[in-house]
Amino acid sequence: MAGIPHDHYEPKTGGEKWLHRRLPVVGLLYDTLMIPTPKNLNWMWIWGIVLTFTLALQIITGITLVMHYVPSTETAFASVEHIMRDVNGGWALRYIHANGASLFFVAVYAHIFRGLYYGSYKEPREVTWIIGILIYLLMMATAFMGYVLPWGQMSFWGATVITGLFGAIPFVGETLQTWLLGGPAVGEYTLTRFFSLHYLMPFLIAGLVVVHIWAFHSTGNNNPTGVEVRRTSKEEAKKDTVPFWPYFVLKDLFALAVILAVFFAIVGFMPNYLGHPDNYIEANPMATPSHIVPEWYFLPFYAILRAFTSEVWVVQIASFITGGIIDAKFFGVLAMFGAIAVMALVPWLDTSSVRSGRFRPQFKWWFALLVIDFVVLMWCGAMPAEEPYASISLIGAAYWFAYFLVILPLLGVFEKPLPQPKTIEEDFDAHYAPATGGTETVVKPAE
Amino acid sequence: MFDKFALAATLALGLVAGPALAQDDHGEEEGGGGGGHEESHITDYSFPFEGPFGTYDQAQLQRGMKVYTEVCSSCHGLKFVPIRSVGDESGPNLPDAQVRAYAEFFEIWDPTMADGQGDFRPATPTDTFPESSMANAPDLSLMAKARAGFHGPYGLGINQFLKGMGGPEYIASLMTGYTGEQRTQAGATLYENTAFPGGWIAMPPPLYGDDVSFDTDAPTDLESLSKDVSAFLMWTAEPKLAARKQAGFTGVLMLSVLAVLLYLTNKRIWAPIKHRHEGDKSAE
Repeated sequence: MAGIPHDHYEPKTGGEKWLHRRLPVVGLLYDTLMIPTPKNLNWMWIWGIVLTFTLALQIITGITLVMHYVPSTETAFASVEHIMRDVNGGWALRYIHANGASLFFVAVYAHIFRGLYYGSYKEPREVTWIIGILIYLLMMATAFMGYVLPWGQMSFWGATVITGLFGAIPFVGETLQTWLLGGPAVGEYTLTRFFSLHYLMPFLIAGLVVVHIWAFHSTGNNNPTGVEVRRTSKEEAKKDTVPFWPYFVLKDLFALAVILAVFFAIVGFMPNYLGHPDNYIEANPMATPSHIVPEWYFLPFYAILRAFTSEVWVVQIASFITGGIIDAKFFGVLAMFGAIAVMALVPWLDTSSVRSGRFRPQFKWWFALLVIDFVVLMWCGAMPAEEPYASISLIGAAYWFAYFLVILPLLGVFEKPLPQPKTIEEDFDAHYAPATGGTETVVKPAE
Repeated sequence: MFDKFALAATLALGLVAGPALAQDDHGEEEGGGGGGHEESHITDYSFPFEGPFGTYDQAQLQRGMKVYTEVCSSCHGLKFVPIRSVGDESGPNLPDAQVRAYAEFFEIWDPTMADGQGDFRPATPTDTFPESSMANAPDLSLMAKARAGFHGPYGLGINQFLKGMGGPEYIASLMTGYTGEQRTQAGATLYENTAFPGGWIAMPPPLYGDDVSFDTDAPTDLESLSKDVSAFLMWTAEPKLAARKQAGFTGVLMLSVLAVLLYLTNKRIWAPIKHRHEGDKSAE
């Protein structure tokens, strides 16, 4: 692989040479595992491993659940109960799979916000970032369709509301919605196609994950300073990096063990805390739940969707200019997808030449506000569509767009960044000074 | 160090608070017909199966089963619950002979009887409990998980984190929550209930106290019977609760040990990188 110079795999024995000439698979694995990794990575760089593990966990538990699940409106709910009561360890499989979705999104949001803070999306890592956003979109689609499969009340009505969004698209909306649902309303054919796609998409995600890893292995990892690894020679690169194995593999596994301990506490002691009680009622097209809420990980974008009502002046202007083609509902849909689109475009919206937020004194505060904004939007998404939540959602949605479309482009021009270390080694030594000649005086503690 | 703190703090805030928000504060509007915003009142009854180590009390499940059988089952059903499971060790744990005798108490519809015409026959342990016999009486198999007793505050889900979801508490509060008031609306009689969202429920008071008699000297007042039947319905909704908590405890314990071992390994492996002169452990 191009990028940081490092030692490559050398086949030694006859057998190794024989295989290497025909299929350099051992070399590929060696180079992947031994990739030079900046030695100053902090604890926010553990989420990649957590995500990879969770994907595997979801696929394995999912494949097992499919052996017992029967995708039909008549049988889906009962087959889930069959899993919970009659299948050996079925309750564990289902609770791990259901809460695994939450673990997946906790990790992906941490991973995304880490990238946003340390400028991991910036040149030359734009492709890694875009693929990451595609994975995130596929994750949302997969999670949404998976939530429909138990065929509870929230499954049914959530599917009705979300597919209704596509119906808001002018001219083709209704046709598109019917095509998605396989009929005029959520029913048998919606369930079977969601089941089919819910099984397919994780494998697409797995494929994109390989490309995601390939992309950042080509550019090298970003790191908390945003300063690139020196690449002029192997010796210099070695001063900035350590091989991924064993240094970061063990660090990541430790973090994974801690996170899984928390995860199994949730699965073991409060497996329904993150779910919705209404989903233990079998789907009933005749009875609408009084309050339809998506799962927690969709709430920020659900709040943005609902924020743009027909009373908002931006919506009124859009409606006036387009002669009513863009109504409040369609505007909300555009805003929701737009909120993710601006995130995808952030490599080109952020004009600052400094990568890491560590050296951007003003950016830090705007970023902290973005994280708070995300949490506030999440809260608003769970609340009923009434005041004051509607106004708070609107302010939150406005800030989300302002951050990406106004603040990031302008900050790069006006902000005066702090001095950055010249090398990763310098940054590392500032924290872990060598005994002599470091940048900090070292005091030996009494034994 | 600002960036580390800021990032860690904001993310911690986001990730901890985030999931909790999913549990919204919707109880007071649920099914609210003409009820408006009357507060439903849920008492936080204590149950032996609460907390990380709580398990079902076999005697209580047997009492609750008797209340269900003699009172609830005349209208409601438990269609997802196999009758054989009342013999489960982690459930009411009835002996085999009693399970068989108990099954015969129920009549179920068998479409294969009478040359495909279908007919009623006594149930066997391999059948599930019968469905609800009244159209508007919901099935109770999962009721204890399909209702949340606690909400908020402010949609933050903190109460559910501390007290649990509150399904069994909701059922017990519903049993004891009748005020005695009733009114007629569109030809149907509604009964005032302080636990029911909206305040008026179509179900007449099912329990008054002393509705069933026990072989033991367990109390048969309204509150005790309500708690017993709520515990039984929690068991029908979550029969594998004991195994789940056991597995959770083992999992957390094993992973904690693994985490400690990995922490020590990681520390040792990094030591030569972080402290390039032997014996120097001061840097942080």
